[in-house]
Order: sequence, then C-alpha cells, then structure tokens
Amino acid sequence: MTRMDDSDAAQVALVLGGDRDAFRVLVERHSRRLFRLAYRMIGNEQDAEEIVQDALVRAYRKLDRFESRANFGTWLYRICANCALDRMRKQRPEKDHREPARDEDLAAPGPLDTAPSEAPGPDRLVISAELGAGVRTAMESLSATERAAFVMRHVDGFSIEEIAKTLDLNIGATKNSVFRAVQKLRRHLEPLMSAAK
Amino acid sequence: MTHPDEQQLIEYAAGDATRATSSPELAQHVGVCAACRESVEALRRVVAVASALEVPEPDPGYEGRTWRRVADELEPPSAGFTWRDWFSIRRVAALGAMAVLVIAAFLAGRYSPRPETTSTALATTQVRERILLVAVGDHLDRAQSILLEISNAEPLAGGAEKTVDISREQKRAEELLGANRLYRQTAQRTGDATVADVLGELEPLLVELANSPSEVPTSELEALQKRIAARGLLLKVRVLSSNVHEREQARTKAGNKS
Ligand SMILES: [Zn+2]
Repeated sequence: MTRMDDSDAAQVALVLGGDRDAFRVLVERHSRRLFRLAYRMIGNEQDAEEIVQDALVRAYRKLDRFESRANFGTWLYRICANCALDRMRKQRPEKDHREPARDEDLAAPGPLDTAPSEAPGPDRLVISAELGAGVRTAMESLSATERAAFVMRHVDGFSIEEIAKTLDLNIGATKNSVFRAVQKLRRHLEPLMSAAK
Repeated sequence: MTHPDEQQLIEYAAGDATRATSSPELAQHVGVCAACRESVEALRRVVAVASALEVPEPDPGYEGRTWRRVADELEPPSAGFTWRDWFSIRRVAALGAMAVLVIAAFLAGRYSPRPETTSTALATTQVRERILLVAVGDHLDRAQSILLEISNAEPLAGGAEKTVDISREQKRAEELLGANRLYRQTAQRTGDATVADVLGELEPLLVELANSPSEVPTSELEALQKRIAARGLLLKVRVLSSNVHEREQARTKAGNKS
C-alpha cells in the first residue's frame, strides 16, 4: 500500500514536471476501480466508462491542486464520485430534489410490525436474478445524493466525515442521505427478500 | 425504553450511531427486544443485498481504451515550469565542497522565489512547484532517515559471526526505490545535475539494501556504513532535503501572498 502510494506521488510529480504520458500509468492503475464506483452509481457500462473518462480528465486538469501527502487513489475516487453525481443529476434532475419521500415510502413499519423472517444470513447471501433486478430498481429509486452516499458508506466503507467532504454536505445531511437510502432500499427489497427465501 | 425509531435502528445497524443514538439504553434495548433485534438484522441483510449489486468486469482492453480517450482530451502540460527552474539556484553549489553546499542551501532558502507578478499562470506555476518540492522533499526525508538508521546501527559486540537485523531499513529501501528512479530520470532528462547526482548515488545503495537479507553480518553492515560515510552521502541528502524544504516554504508563502 505504502509503495503504491509512493509511486503514485512520484508519478504525479512527473506529470506536473511536464511529462504528460506519465499520467498513463495512473490511468491504468486506477481506472478499473473507478469503473466499479461509476457503475454502482449509474447502473450501466457505457455511462460508467464515460464517467471514468470525465473524472480522469478532470483530475489531470486539477492535478496541481492535489496535496502530495494525500492518498491519490482516494482523491481520484472523490472526483469520480462527483462526476457520477453530475451525470445522474443531468439525466434525471427531478430525482435529486429534497422532495419528501412518497407516502408509501413513509409508511414505515415499526419494529413491531416486522415479522421475523427466515431470510438467509449474509454468509449465505445468494442473490437470485429476480432479487438482482429488484436491487437495480431499488437503487434507481434513490436520489443521486442518496445513491452516492450509500455506495460510499456501505460498499466502499468511507466514514460519514469523508462522505460529507466529498459530497460537500454537512454531517447531518450526509447521515440523512445514508439513512434515506437504506430506508428506501428496505421498502423495495424486504418484501422480495422474504418472498425469495 | 420504548422502541427506537427507524432512523436510530438504521444508524445502529450501520454502526453510524451518533452520540444521540448510541446511548447504552439503545444497545441494551436491542439486546433484549426480539423485534428490534430482528429489525436490525433485516436492515443489515438489506444493506448486504443492495451493496452486492453485480458489477460487470471490464474487458482486458479497458485500461488502454480509457487512456486513449483520456489522452485525446489532455492539453500538453503548460511549458511554464521545468525542474531546471527550481533547482537552478542549487546548481551553483553542485561544484563546490560540502561546506559550500551547506552555505548555498542556507542562502537558497532566503532567495525570494521570483519577481512577483499578478499573472495567474505564475501562481499556478508556483503551486506546481510547491507540490514538486513537497514530493521530492518527502522522498529525501525518507532516504535520509534510512541512511541515519544504517549509519547509527550498532554492530553487536562479539565475533564476526554476529548479525544485525536490518529488515526495517530493507523494506523501506524497497519502497523508496521506484520513486528514486523516477525522480533521477526526470532530473537527468531536464539536465539537473545536482539532483541526478545525489539520487544517482543513493540508488545503488537502495538497491543493495532492498536486495539484502533481513539480517546481515556485522562486517557487511560496517561496509555499508563506510560507503555512506566515504561519499558523504548522508550530508548530501540532508543538504538537498533542507534546501528543498526551505524553498517549499518560500513557495507556500509566495503562494499565500498572491
Ligand atoms: Zn424494541
């Protein structure tokens, strides 16, 4: 890890020193991971590829603002998350308003209403095609911010503080985005999960 | 305690509980209330399923394709800055004895960076320059601390069979080697003799350290120490490093002023 970071920093220094092609190493080293992030945010390959390209071009142009003590991979990741957000907002601008959740979303079952189910534990998590399709639909029900917050928190394991910084939100709003994401996912997925047990 | 609300349970399930929601009562409640415990588990399952969304693996040509598309969009880097600029002052010192190097480093730190203009291009150049200085400065610091450790390592008293554990230094030398090569090549390409020389002297030592076993006989350690001492390598690295750091600070100040 340290070695990777060291050589990222060295590579950045080369680019800043005037060697444009030195950027290629960074592209090759990081683009696959960025693709996964972009895909999780946007849900299709072509858009994901374009998001990654946008992100890399954006990173190149602001490379002189990269603090060499920071982790380059994380810095890129954050730029990519923002490129994905931009594209999602452009594609479906209505989704990201802070509109209250629809009524059926808000009719939250209290803990007591939740019947204990026999869904498999995470250790034997086999996702059927049907459930997979459900996950896609559920993810599409999230606003751009909620989706970004969810992916960063629960897929890539970022802290609330890091997410807040990336999405330019305060801590409370960030937590709320993660919360609303999980709440909506629950509405969509829980019925499928107990049905598919 | 009444049942916590959904937000509290979601934050609890995710390990994101704030001070308000992480009360011992909440944990205790979840511990004894079957309904809430089930709710937390259900939430964790939902999160697990949602985050397991399958991502297609891009084909093997993906990286190459990405680079070609990205490269089309990139402007050539601005020609306003070269490595030559930022080491030019010290080049004067390259020819002299160690004492001259020390004095030059001291003086270089006092040089004001450049005549100030309001051009933003210059500001950008200064920022770039500062980042380069930070990167090379960090590298030199790390190299210096390895040299110091090797130089100060105590050969164990006793016969020639005794060995010394240098696994730490060996690992760090391995980590630094790649960066050292890149910086040296750039310095050579841009004609920065001072930097190229010092990094060039450092390199065989790093190679040797990186490839050495984690324990070496004391005789080998002493040989290493002699090589470092004979070439004045520690001092050279230290001078270069302090020079770089001073200029880095000068750049930061200049950057803040503009
Ligand atoms: Zn309860």
